[in-house]
Amino acid sequence: MSEPGVIPEDVLAELLPPDEKAEGRAVAVIECHEEIPCDTCRWVCPVKAVIKPAITTPPRCDWDACIGCGTCVLACPGLAIFMVKLDGEWAEVSVPYEFLPVPKRGEVVWALDRVGRRVATAEVVRAVTSKDRTSMVTIRVPRGLAHSVRAILPPEDGTGG
Amino acid sequence: MAHPILEFDRGREVEFNFEGRRIRAFESESIAAALVAEGVLTLGWSPKRRRPRGFFCGIGKCSSCLMTVDGVPNVRTCITPVRDGVEVWRQRPLGELPEAPPPEAKAGELDVDLLVIGGGPAGLSAAIEASRLGARVAIADENVRPGGQLIKQTHKFFGSRENYAGVRGIEIARILLRELDGLSATWLTRATVIADYSGRSHDVVVSTPEGPWRIRADAVVVSTGAMENMIPFPNNDLPGVMGAGGLQTLMHVFGVVPGESALIVGAGNVGLILAYQLLQAGVDVKAIVEIMPKIGGYAVHAAKVRRMGVPILLRHTLRRAVGRERVEGAEIVRVDENFRPIEGTEESFDVDMIVLAVGLTPSTEIPRQAGAAWDYVPELGGPVPIHDPYLRTSVEGMYVAGDSSGIEEATTAMLEGRVAGAHAAAELGLRPDRAEGVIKEALRQLESFRSGPFSAKVVRGKQRVWERAREVIG
Repeated sequence: MSEPGVIPEDVLAELLPPDEKAEGRAVAVIECHEEIPCDTCRWVCPVKAVIKPAITTPPRCDWDACIGCGTCVLACPGLAIFMVKLDGEWAEVSVPYEFLPVPKRGEVVWALDRVGRRVATAEVVRAVTSKDRTSMVTIRVPRGLAHSVRAILPPEDGTGG
Repeated sequence: MAHPILEFDRGREVEFNFEGRRIRAFESESIAAALVAEGVLTLGWSPKRRRPRGFFCGIGKCSSCLMTVDGVPNVRTCITPVRDGVEVWRQRPLGELPEAPPPEAKAGELDVDLLVIGGGPAGLSAAIEASRLGARVAIADENVRPGGQLIKQTHKFFGSRENYAGVRGIEIARILLRELDGLSATWLTRATVIADYSGRSHDVVVSTPEGPWRIRADAVVVSTGAMENMIPFPNNDLPGVMGAGGLQTLMHVFGVVPGESALIVGAGNVGLILAYQLLQAGVDVKAIVEIMPKIGGYAVHAAKVRRMGVPILLRHTLRRAVGRERVEGAEIVRVDENFRPIEGTEESFDVDMIVLAVGLTPSTEIPRQAGAAWDYVPELGGPVPIHDPYLRTSVEGMYVAGDSSGIEEATTAMLEGRVAGAHAAAELGLRPDRAEGVIKEALRQLESFRSGPFSAKVVRGKQRVWERAREVIG
């Protein structure tokens, strides 16, 4: 039995982009594997990179077509879309964020994994907030954490340590 | 504290009298919300054992907040706005009728094609469709603000583009209300429908703050929503044990957060979404307990709170609430395959809120009073009026839509409302060809929305109800 709210390893493997697709360019990682009636990601995508034949078919990202714009990250009602860009020994991970305060560029935050463990401290590279108040925060983490970091937490004392 | 999604327009400051105390509040608040904000958590006492009772449902469905207001007993203070100088007393335990007869009330009368009872997603949609087709529509809603439960849904909705997918519930409420504003429907706010005496047409009695109204309508859409479920456990009546929706109302409609730490019971979508909303409000969510071996809600909603560190404990249940005058803690326990507690696995949490997200029961008082055939359908949350795919009940001219026709969610409620509103208008002979198009499209969207495995249970329930409808609806 898998942990609640954590995608089973074998299912997750199918949702993650192969390294070459994300090397040097940000692509969407859609962690939505259930047949839920929603297709927001499909129609917000400006380049039609989300494949979703029926409203209850789980979405797939066409990583060759994806331009890494982050529109789907901000729009997904399940906050289930992230972006990953591999960059040598580092990786940039973008996560949706709906808490206050929204961290600013240069700040150091905790990087959390899928069950809320603090796996690293990370510098904020970018933060944008949509009109409807969802933010997307991009942090820089060691490459090995590209596919395990999925949330951020501002440090209690403001130093990230 | 600022909220990441909401801004509160609290309005003017007012002052009212509570048992001889002067309490400051905002005009946008209900009396109950203002009291909770002031730290008054005991809103009444049980009749026999005089146990304290606290805020539970927040939308006028339970009886936890009944108080005497300006001499009138048994007022639902959760749906009564505060006013300057109002006199509020808790009841020990029951209110007393005033000796003097009530002042002469001016009664209102209204003649309409369609009366919509309940101004939530289903009711608003029904009113919009019927108005667009040319029907004279009135909407009666008993809450402080219209919009039903949409006005506290801070999350973005799933669904398709034409059904506001990706839009927050609070924004959908604004869109629907704005749309209806442009049409000619009559609003009766803070209006409670008491009874529908149907004969050839419907003769409906409505209680309003100004006095009783009598509304004659050719058709009625009952979109009265649902009531939150309670489960049995010791101390389940302690102030601080709240319905998930009740807490959402406090937090998101009134901007009142009545505690610092919470335990949530139930990992369906309501419990999972509420956990996330509590985190946004700065509350420490200790855990979500779920008695079943898997969560009932969507994995993406669970993932949102798991990655913020909230544990979801499957095969666990609440053993008891701890506290004397209010919740001070919660004790949980693991259960075996037969849902029996496993001794020795108890665990305690220091929390001041225990939030129940254990399902809803359709509010069906009006159809049942009017004599509509009904059935107990567990897949739809309990007793539901028998209805056909067009939402017609066995009472001529009476429709149901939304949660009062079976527990589902807001997107399907809007679609059902559109079907019911358009069908009612068509039956009155208003633009039947256009109505047919509206109905067909809404039914198509309903079917598509319900096509996934998460809707299988609801579809089973609906099919059983539709089948019964062939027997009871002529």
